[in-house]
Amino acid sequence: MITQQKIKEIELQAEAIRETIVQMLVAAGSGHTAGPLGMADIFAAFYFYILNHDPKNPQWQERDRLMLSNGHIVPVRYAAMAHAGYFPIEECLTLRKFGSRLQGHPERLRLPGMETTSGPLGSGLGQASGYAYGARMDGSKFRVYCFMSDGEQDAGNTWEAAMFAGANKLSNLTAVIDRNNIQINGMTEDVMPLENLRAKYEAFGWHVLEIDGHNISAIISAVEQAKAIYEKPTLILAHNIPGKGVKEIEFDYRWHGKTPNKEEAARFLAELRTMKGKIQSEHE
Amino acid sequence: MSNNKNILKLAYTRDGFGRALLELGESNPNVVALCADLAESTRMLAFKEKYPERYIELGVAEQNMATVASGLANYGKIPFMASYATFSPGRNNEQIRTTISLNNLGVKIVGSHAGLSVGPDGATHQALEDIALMRVQPNMTVISPCDEEEAYKATLAAAAHPGPVYIRLAREKTPVMTTKETAFEIGKANIMWEADHAPEVVVFATGPLLHNALLAAKELEHAVPVVVINIHTIKPLDADTILKYAKEAGAVVTVEEHQIAGGLGSAVAEVLAAHCPVHMEFVGVQDSFGQSGEPKELIDYYGMAPSHIAAAIRKARARKSA
Repeated sequence: MITQQKIKEIELQAEAIRETIVQMLVAAGSGHTAGPLGMADIFAAFYFYILNHDPKNPQWQERDRLMLSNGHIVPVRYAAMAHAGYFPIEECLTLRKFGSRLQGHPERLRLPGMETTSGPLGSGLGQASGYAYGARMDGSKFRVYCFMSDGEQDAGNTWEAAMFAGANKLSNLTAVIDRNNIQINGMTEDVMPLENLRAKYEAFGWHVLEIDGHNISAIISAVEQAKAIYEKPTLILAHNIPGKGVKEIEFDYRWHGKTPNKEEAARFLAELRTMKGKIQSEHE
Repeated sequence: MSNNKNILKLAYTRDGFGRALLELGESNPNVVALCADLAESTRMLAFKEKYPERYIELGVAEQNMATVASGLANYGKIPFMASYATFSPGRNNEQIRTTISLNNLGVKIVGSHAGLSVGPDGATHQALEDIALMRVQPNMTVISPCDEEEAYKATLAAAAHPGPVYIRLAREKTPVMTTKETAFEIGKANIMWEADHAPEVVVFATGPLLHNALLAAKELEHAVPVVVINIHTIKPLDADTILKYAKEAGAVVTVEEHQIAGGLGSAVAEVLAAHCPVHMEFVGVQDSFGQSGEPKELIDYYGMAPSHIAAAIRKARARKSA
């Protein structure tokens, strides 16, 4: 059972990751803000509790594999990796710059620990399924995780992969959908309605769990439940707030694909630091 | 090359692939086969029957086939994924680009039923752009075997090659021009015909259409001294051999069952324009789609018969003295 102390540590890591995200994006001058902030709690829970990994040995054979399908939210992954010790936190400020290992969309070959290359939407679940299939053939014990956006549930490849994973009962695969209800053109249900997502995945042979994606213990317990499902892959539908942690941009789809300017970033950081102070005092 | 075309055995390049895949099943436990509902026609059936645990069915889902293959290769398997070339690498081109080529993962993409010779199925199933699609992707190796024997060797070579490979196959039985003893090395062109006199034209051909190039050379035996070279690997191109013979002959003809734009002819022209500009003629499909018909009818109609190649050889030579 996870202790309250550990949950507090993870929450604090999530806030530190959010701060780094804002700093990275303002330095880069382009990129995506809402998705990375919204997924910070889940990335913190994975990199600081769930994943069996070794930041000093990113190629360790027994590590769990985390495949990020919606590559555009990669600043949150870079920030989580840096805070977990994969590379110096200062390197985050090279995001999207010439010569950086931190490409605008992630590339496996440039950064150890980046399990695959992604950006064009809809191709991550198939890759994760192939990985999980190969691992199961050899009886490998590690788990494969795939993070997706809700917007990329529009893509046909996603459903081809969902059908494949369900048909093959890939129980070593757990997918997480960042259900934040926004995509570039607006709200997902206005652009191309996705609901009933739960019923769709269940019909494709998946076990589906729904959680508040900002509740650390809910995230951890859903992942633990998924490990106990032996006949099916599991989907965790994480209900997230886009832009989480910065009130003035929360739920606003216009922040999907833009970055804060210096003044906005200063306000965002002040708010995030207040939140960090609140977490610290709440748990004391 | 025999002087009498009638004694050449006919065989499917697909069978060469299937034969090699079966052997790889035995020799390499990491080899897996991915199929999109075309096991028999892509010649994966024997592998499926002998190694069912290493045969992965995707259904009619070529995009997913590419991404699942990428995942398998990322894990450490050697995936061969096969479909018709119009669907793979046609339909799933972006998945191949991002998850296989940019990732530099050793997926072997087998595109069958390439070219007009698919015949009665018509334009929708006649891949005429697959070489172009694959050769513009960094990290990708592109092989277009000329016959069953070469398809067999190409498949074995692809499995041993660490990076991604595209192998182009035909639907029809085609003449077997090479033997067990013919050398095959990725990126190394093979001389198939050399006139007794110093060559006046060099023909670079790829795929089963190489046979028509040889027939054209034979037809011109006493009229134009020709060298015919099999460019089985379009990428990486054997630039040394191409430049050596282009310099010697001073005129070049390229022959391929593919669009003129972006295929073998373009690849050869890129090398020659940079290092040794010579007169060039391009035999291939001239910016049009195919249609239903018998393979030979289509090859004749779209200008790739031995007579068309012979005319291109004469024209290339004439341009030198013009």
